[in-house]
Amino acid sequence: MKSLFERGPSLLTRLVLALLCAAMLMFLDHRLNTMQPVRSFLSTLVTPVQYLAVLPEQALDRIVYLSTTRSMLREQNEALRQELQELHMAVQRLNFLENENDRLRQLLGSDVRQASRRMAAEIVAVATDPFSHQVVINKGSANGVYKGQPVLDNRGILGQVMSVGHTTARVLLISDQSHSLSLRAERNDIRVLARGTGDLQRLELMFIPHSTELEVGDKLMSSGLGGVYPEGYPVAEIIEVNRDERYQYARVTARPYAQLDRIRTVLLLWPPSAVEQPVYDDVEVDENVD
Amino acid sequence: MWIKSGLIPLLATYLAALVLMVMPMPAFLEAWRPDWLSLVILYWVIALPHRVGMGSVLVLGLVADILMGTVFGIYATALLIMAYPAIRHFHRIRNYSFTQQALIIGVLILIKRVIVYELEHVLNGAVFHLPYLYPVISSAIAWPWVFLILRKYRRHYLVRE
Repeated sequence: MKSLFERGPSLLTRLVLALLCAAMLMFLDHRLNTMQPVRSFLSTLVTPVQYLAVLPEQALDRIVYLSTTRSMLREQNEALRQELQELHMAVQRLNFLENENDRLRQLLGSDVRQASRRMAAEIVAVATDPFSHQVVINKGSANGVYKGQPVLDNRGILGQVMSVGHTTARVLLISDQSHSLSLRAERNDIRVLARGTGDLQRLELMFIPHSTELEVGDKLMSSGLGGVYPEGYPVAEIIEVNRDERYQYARVTARPYAQLDRIRTVLLLWPPSAVEQPVYDDVEVDENVD
Repeated sequence: MWIKSGLIPLLATYLAALVLMVMPMPAFLEAWRPDWLSLVILYWVIALPHRVGMGSVLVLGLVADILMGTVFGIYATALLIMAYPAIRHFHRIRNYSFTQQALIIGVLILIKRVIVYELEHVLNGAVFHLPYLYPVISSAIAWPWVFLILRKYRRHYLVRE
């Protein structure tokens, strides 16, 4: 049995040295922001861990898929076909309205809205730290993903890309405590600022006067201010308005439409103003018109 | 010569812990996810204190920082401070019963999480939620199993000092 202190510096010295090392890195990263290149390089390096993490889930999905019976598939197919038909009908109407809207906008002399391009991506890892709500997706700079890019799911806005590796990117969710975005109530166009609370189901609206017209059930859309998120995507619904006069402002909370706790597939959006271009992998060319 | 026996199995447990740390889980289990990385580190520093030391913990902490997307050094600091008492008193902890060990592991993981929270609070203004401490309980409960499984693993693959 070797003694703990036989070789090298003592345990305490080693602890202090390691702590100094960590503290220095923390300082470099947080105060001086010099670690960004290192960070994106290392994120690329740890990508295999993230791919391993989703492997069991993918295997399970595969097994479920293999064990679905013919009749189940047929039923599903039927249901999907019906849904597709309904969506087609909705889109017809939408196309008509969009054209009309463009014409009216031209008449008014304002800019015609351009389509944005999208790409589907999958979640490969989650950061479970409640202080930082982030997910990692399987598209990176190789696909044209850029920092600050808006990310949606099929119900609403999810968050924005905060750092990009080669084949993965890290998305900051709107429920993160350090994240806020500008919203507009659909009913009466009141502009509000929504801040994440660290709870996946709750956003907090800041600086709302007690006399506000906002009500429970109001739909909040992205306002397009702030430059990150495009205008007009659903974000959250108000679930509580507390006008307690003891507080300086009314306390309004909203629940995000996007299911932040069970996201699997997300949609990356390239607004028309974006410099970067999406690079599609293979046959997956879903250059949709928005 | 300085590559000791069982390096690959040792690294494999680190990798498994990191994978478990970021693996997507159902929402209701999410809050109770045991702190796998801390458990594995604690096991190795108690079992092989002369081999797995401050250096390994520092590196693992930095990898955890990258995986979690936190500021560099937060996890590293917390894990180092957590591992220190375990290395210092590994003889004593080894001789405790499972219940006592689980309690000690719970306290160490509590310390680790409190440090992570405090650093996040100072650096990024994080707000405290009680569910952040649930993993302390689930990790303490998971400890005896982690211990038994890793001991068997260590003996099987001859991971030695």
